[in-house]
Amino acid sequence: MSEKEIIERLKKIVEPYVQRSEGLENFQEKTDFLNDLEINSANLVDVVLDVEDEFDIEIDNDSMEGMLTVGDAKSIIQDKIKAE
Amino acid sequence: MSKRVVITGMGVAAPNAVGLRSFEHALKNGTSGIRFFPELEDLNFTCQIGGKPQISKELLSNYFTPLQLKGLNSSGIIYGVISGTDAWKDAGLEIGDEKSPDWDSGIIFGTGILGVDKFREAIYLIDEGKTRRLGSTSVVQTMASGISAYLGGILGCGNQVTTNSSACTTGTEALLMGFDRIRSGRAKRMLVGSCGDHGPYVWGGFDAMRILPGKYNENPKEASRPMSASANGFVPGSGAGALVLEELDSARERDAHIYAEVLGGEVNSGGQRGEGSMTAANNEAVERCIIGAITNSNISGNDIDAINGHLTATNRDSTEIRNWIKSLGRKGSDFPYINSLKGMTGHCLSASGAIECVASVLQVKNDFLFPNINCVDIHPEIQELISEERIPRQKTDTEINILAKASFGFGDVNAVAIFKKYIA
Repeated sequence: MSEKEIIERLKKIVEPYVQRSEGLENFQEKTDFLNDLEINSANLVDVVLDVEDEFDIEIDNDSMEGMLTVGDAKSIIQDKIKAE
Repeated sequence: MSKRVVITGMGVAAPNAVGLRSFEHALKNGTSGIRFFPELEDLNFTCQIGGKPQISKELLSNYFTPLQLKGLNSSGIIYGVISGTDAWKDAGLEIGDEKSPDWDSGIIFGTGILGVDKFREAIYLIDEGKTRRLGSTSVVQTMASGISAYLGGILGCGNQVTTNSSACTTGTEALLMGFDRIRSGRAKRMLVGSCGDHGPYVWGGFDAMRILPGKYNENPKEASRPMSASANGFVPGSGAGALVLEELDSARERDAHIYAEVLGGEVNSGGQRGEGSMTAANNEAVERCIIGAITNSNISGNDIDAINGHLTATNRDSTEIRNWIKSLGRKGSDFPYINSLKGMTGHCLSASGAIECVASVLQVKNDFLFPNINCVDIHPEIQELISEERIPRQKTDTEINILAKASFGFGDVNAVAIFKKYIA
């Protein structure tokens, strides 16, 4: 799966949780879930569950803690897909 | 000096109508909201009928954001938010996005049990070892105070925001708790009400107690028969009712529409002593509750034009009438008019008090009595106590100045509220 495809699919997943829609216009690796998109921190667990379903992977708590930006999420998804 | 408290907004999600205007229409027409549910048949329920408000997806999207709707599986929250938001808007109050909440407005919104279907989802996941799959809203959809928490966030209330729970008195109790808070000057406005979840996991326990009717699965609309000889158990229901209580000066200042005044009320318990038990009322406590409500409203029993009873359609209906007679000192043709909403909605359990308070206030405001549907054969014990014409079977237009509303609940708890027509 290409990086671009992963990021495109990620964007779709986070969309319903985003409270600052300007953040979506410039959705890139540096985009920070809490600061740029203003996703409620409680909703990060829902984003993780949706990512798990979308990519058919499992994201453990340690990986989730390191998932602050779109780039972090992309790397974690790539690692998990490889490990499957 | 105690503040005067008036009702400036109402909302309702009842089995026979959703929204205040259609609810009033349903009341006047005696529309039943009782339906047959194949799911209950599949689950071998004795009573396969019940009352659920009919809510479309389109309607839901008027009250919840797409994010709130994601994984929302708590019917009590759905009904409570619809009725609460409606009441707020009906009162002409804004839903602001200011950084500061409205410090003068609070919420007391009760429930019996919340988010039962969501809790079931969680239980299945947990038992499969998939706790991490619960998502972030499992807690807020199943905590009892989930309903006041949802409404508090939607409306931005900064005064007391809480949930009370006292079985089938919950809604009437919430109203009286909000009334006290305004009367003592600690809030200007209180959104009060109650909600109740629907479905087999709420109703099953009552079915097991064999206090629900099993003979009306083919003709559900005839099943709920308060005060009738053929009454054989209450039909379970669900939904929510909400009322905005407001300090009279505040309502006048903003030129709000006033439905009625809350004169007073009483809550108490029979302590499960005497004939009182976990599931039955102590009659002395009921009488004291009625008399207390009359006394602290500064009226006499003779001032009451109508009673909206608890009257669930069990053998307790005649006991309730007897308690009213003793408390008011009025019987036969001198007895006030009396009706029970449960003929149309079934017994909406924790939501019943609030839905019935809304129905009561509409009657006071608009001078009518809704019909006691299905009461074609008044119970002989009741016939001996009060005149038949005191139990309207047709919609009746008559001036209602003061109405008493009673709710009684498991745990031997009672609540009586007194509503009076407001004349500017």
